[in-house]
Amino acid sequence: MTKILDEPRYVCALGALQTVEAIYKAIPVVHAGPGCTAKVSIGGRSGYLGTQTVPCTNVGETEVVFGGEEKLHDVIENSLKVMDGDIFIVLSGCTTEIVGDDIDNVVGTFKDSEKPVLSVPTAGFKGTNIEGHEWVVDAIIDQYLSKRYFGEKIKGLVNIWGPVPSYDPHWVGNFRELENLIRELGLTPNCIFGEYRGIDNINLVPRAKYNLLVAPWVGLGNVKNLKEKFGTPYLHYPTLPIGAHETSLFLRTVGKEFNVDSNLVEELITRKEKEYYYYIERSCSFFFENRASSKMFSTVASADYALSLSRFFVNDMGLVPSKQYITEGVPEEHYDRIRQYFKEFNYEIEAEVVFSNDGYQIHQQIENDDYAGTPLILGSIYEKKLASKLNGTFLCVSTPYAERVVIHSSYVGYHGGLKLLEDLYTSVFQKFN
Amino acid sequence: MAINVKGSQCETREARLGSITTYSGTLQDIGAQSVCSGCLDEKKRCFSQSSMCNSMCALNQAARINDVAIVHHGPVGCAATAMDVPNTWGLLADTLGKKRDNFGWTCTDMTESDTVFGAVDNLKEVIIETYNRYKPKAIFIGASCVSGVIGEDLEGVLDDLKEQVPVPIAPIHCEGFKSQIWASGFDATFHAILRYIVKPPKKKTNKVNVINFAGGTTWDSRGEVKRLFNALGVEPTFFLASSSVEELEEMSEAVATISTCSTLSSYIGNGLEKEYGVPYIRSLQPHGIVGYEDWARKLAKVLGKEKEAEIFIAQEKEKYQAKIDEVVAKLQGKRAMIAMGPGFGVNYSRILQSFGMKVEHLSVWHFDKQYDDGQLPPALAYQLEYSENDFSFSVNDLQNFEYINILNRLVPDILISRHGGTTVWSHKIGIPALNVFDEYTSFGYQGTLRFAQSVLYAITNKSFTENLAKRVKLPYKEWSLKQPFDAFIK
Repeated sequence: MTKILDEPRYVCALGALQTVEAIYKAIPVVHAGPGCTAKVSIGGRSGYLGTQTVPCTNVGETEVVFGGEEKLHDVIENSLKVMDGDIFIVLSGCTTEIVGDDIDNVVGTFKDSEKPVLSVPTAGFKGTNIEGHEWVVDAIIDQYLSKRYFGEKIKGLVNIWGPVPSYDPHWVGNFRELENLIRELGLTPNCIFGEYRGIDNINLVPRAKYNLLVAPWVGLGNVKNLKEKFGTPYLHYPTLPIGAHETSLFLRTVGKEFNVDSNLVEELITRKEKEYYYYIERSCSFFFENRASSKMFSTVASADYALSLSRFFVNDMGLVPSKQYITEGVPEEHYDRIRQYFKEFNYEIEAEVVFSNDGYQIHQQIENDDYAGTPLILGSIYEKKLASKLNGTFLCVSTPYAERVVIHSSYVGYHGGLKLLEDLYTSVFQKFN
Repeated sequence: MAINVKGSQCETREARLGSITTYSGTLQDIGAQSVCSGCLDEKKRCFSQSSMCNSMCALNQAARINDVAIVHHGPVGCAATAMDVPNTWGLLADTLGKKRDNFGWTCTDMTESDTVFGAVDNLKEVIIETYNRYKPKAIFIGASCVSGVIGEDLEGVLDDLKEQVPVPIAPIHCEGFKSQIWASGFDATFHAILRYIVKPPKKKTNKVNVINFAGGTTWDSRGEVKRLFNALGVEPTFFLASSSVEELEEMSEAVATISTCSTLSSYIGNGLEKEYGVPYIRSLQPHGIVGYEDWARKLAKVLGKEKEAEIFIAQEKEKYQAKIDEVVAKLQGKRAMIAMGPGFGVNYSRILQSFGMKVEHLSVWHFDKQYDDGQLPPALAYQLEYSENDFSFSVNDLQNFEYINILNRLVPDILISRHGGTTVWSHKIGIPALNVFDEYTSFGYQGTLRFAQSVLYAITNKSFTENLAKRVKLPYKEWSLKQPFDAFIK
């Protein structure tokens, strides 16, 4: 069978350098070609670091012919002198792995340096940026956290895992809102990504009482690893909670699992739902009284967004799912479990799941399907034209998402659900409706 | 080494032109070394930061053409450049009212076993499938580091596909490791176009090939070019953004080739001249008054329309010069640093000097001591003769640590840059920055006025810069910023 990837929606394992950059003052040191960092930096932002500040060996013909170990040694050594960082993570690319550089050996020579230096093989041909994300977290667990004792467990401390930095367009906001929800339950969140979350947060990871993974598949390896290394139990909650139905379920599940007083949980939910429905009550006419809103929808997105948005539109908004397209190259071992998640909607509603990285075929299928009128398509920028061709409603929620600017917002939680409705019905409102 | 259109690949800039990515000295020194053979040796960096690769330049250029497909032979990360197409070249075509329905970008998604066994068979199938899906007018095969290192024979597939794919298939040899100079990627794409797509002329037209980056609709830049060209009795055809394969085929029929960036156009301009006798206009870039007039006059000379050019220029001068003078009066003595590609950088040093500003330093990403005609770049020759000061000069391959180190020392009134991702670091240390993102920013008299105003406003209201600088810091240690910027070049 022809192996064809039409319209790339994810990048290679080296894209995990964005996971490193998401940790404040963590410095990726890239041992790859000169363009790799810029190519895989799909979020394309500046922060404490930016593409151009990331140390890189910029492997050229000389290193391909004679090997790049010496260059790598120089660049790590001088990165430690130049870069103001707390932890350095070496990421390798395709060329350096094909020519057989012994990266572990080079990195090993820095084992006594003042700041920790880790390494992760992230050759592009070995996996996706989503898998690479998991490998980076594992490297932090195995090569840093497991090497010393960070102190005893802290009551109520919960590590939060899930969104893949920069790949999830709303990752910063999503982590922030997940932290807020945990805080509302009277627990203490700990997250290593986002707003100034850095080495201190990494150091707290082994001290947490619980790990919470909010993602359908990525990160499962990490929380299992943490359980093995530090005996920390984990809760795997596959859905990013968006809107009232899911967020309430999320709070109940987390509360029960992490031993929060159920009266407190129910009181919180009642208060939050009351607030949420105040705004919903005011907006019904937007949702149901126009010519342009859809009854059926498809997501063309990474598994986390496909699942979370589907659950929101079915369980909160009363829409009916058409096929749901999952596009981030999910490893096959997770297929069955993910399919099952799409069979657990209200009223025994189910959705067919298609795993594909072939944009052309996805578009063909959507064009051939009947949406009982105008389709709602929640996808990447590649779906924009398709939606317009089908006179559908479109919201850009998945990579590549250069159609929208996301600075601070999130779709997580009660507020996130309302924000999603604002974004979606703004695009309905802008058409003749 | 001259251009060889018949060769399967073009040589890199290092090999062909002796171009370099490391240097520290002054304008006059690099000028003197440029004309001495054996000088300007490349040096090595023992600390380096992520740069760019020729694949990004090559394939992003190819992706501008509306009716081609790109088959990227590499792992998925390489094809990330495709993600930027809908919101750039897709939008440009929409705005210009052009169709891109035949455009496609596919990838062979090379995995570990492909690196061992090769994947030429899959490549062939993907090319056929891509053709059947999109019916493009030409297909480019984009090479990658992996396809290069394992030695995939890209030319080998062409004969096998002749029957199934009845359009030109053109390999672009833009393996990222091949050249440290990403502009080699421009050449790789233009080589593929010259070798596989451009046809011998059937007739002569009154069209001028305009080699530019975008030619967007902001400020009606295409309209501005047309206005001048109408006065000279010719029509512009803009390449490669939103161009078509048919337009590419007919490049050989043009009356001349001209460009907005001499770095970008060297290979195609000289190649068309050598192969088909299309005159290549070797002028300053059309930025600032001196540049624009030189550009217009040299084109007019080839067309025999000198008189018309003078009339046109005089009208523009009449309309804008007084306004320019008024703004420029407020810029006298202001200090600037420039960080850009070599074509734009040297041209902008001239423009800022024409505003009465002092150029303190010019950082260029790479340096071409000559173009494909063996001559010194015109803007450099001009500055060697006319620059009022022998400003310090560095070549630094987009190395952020190096140019920010220089900027931090000089503390000029403004940094003028062009590359995406450069300005934030300047703001962080409290220095206003202006990114000349659009190549037509200072095009002609009107653009020069607009640019002078932009510089003035950036210097006048420093609120954003000061707000940011108070609250964030650079990711560099204090110690390292005190080292010479070239401390890690050996």
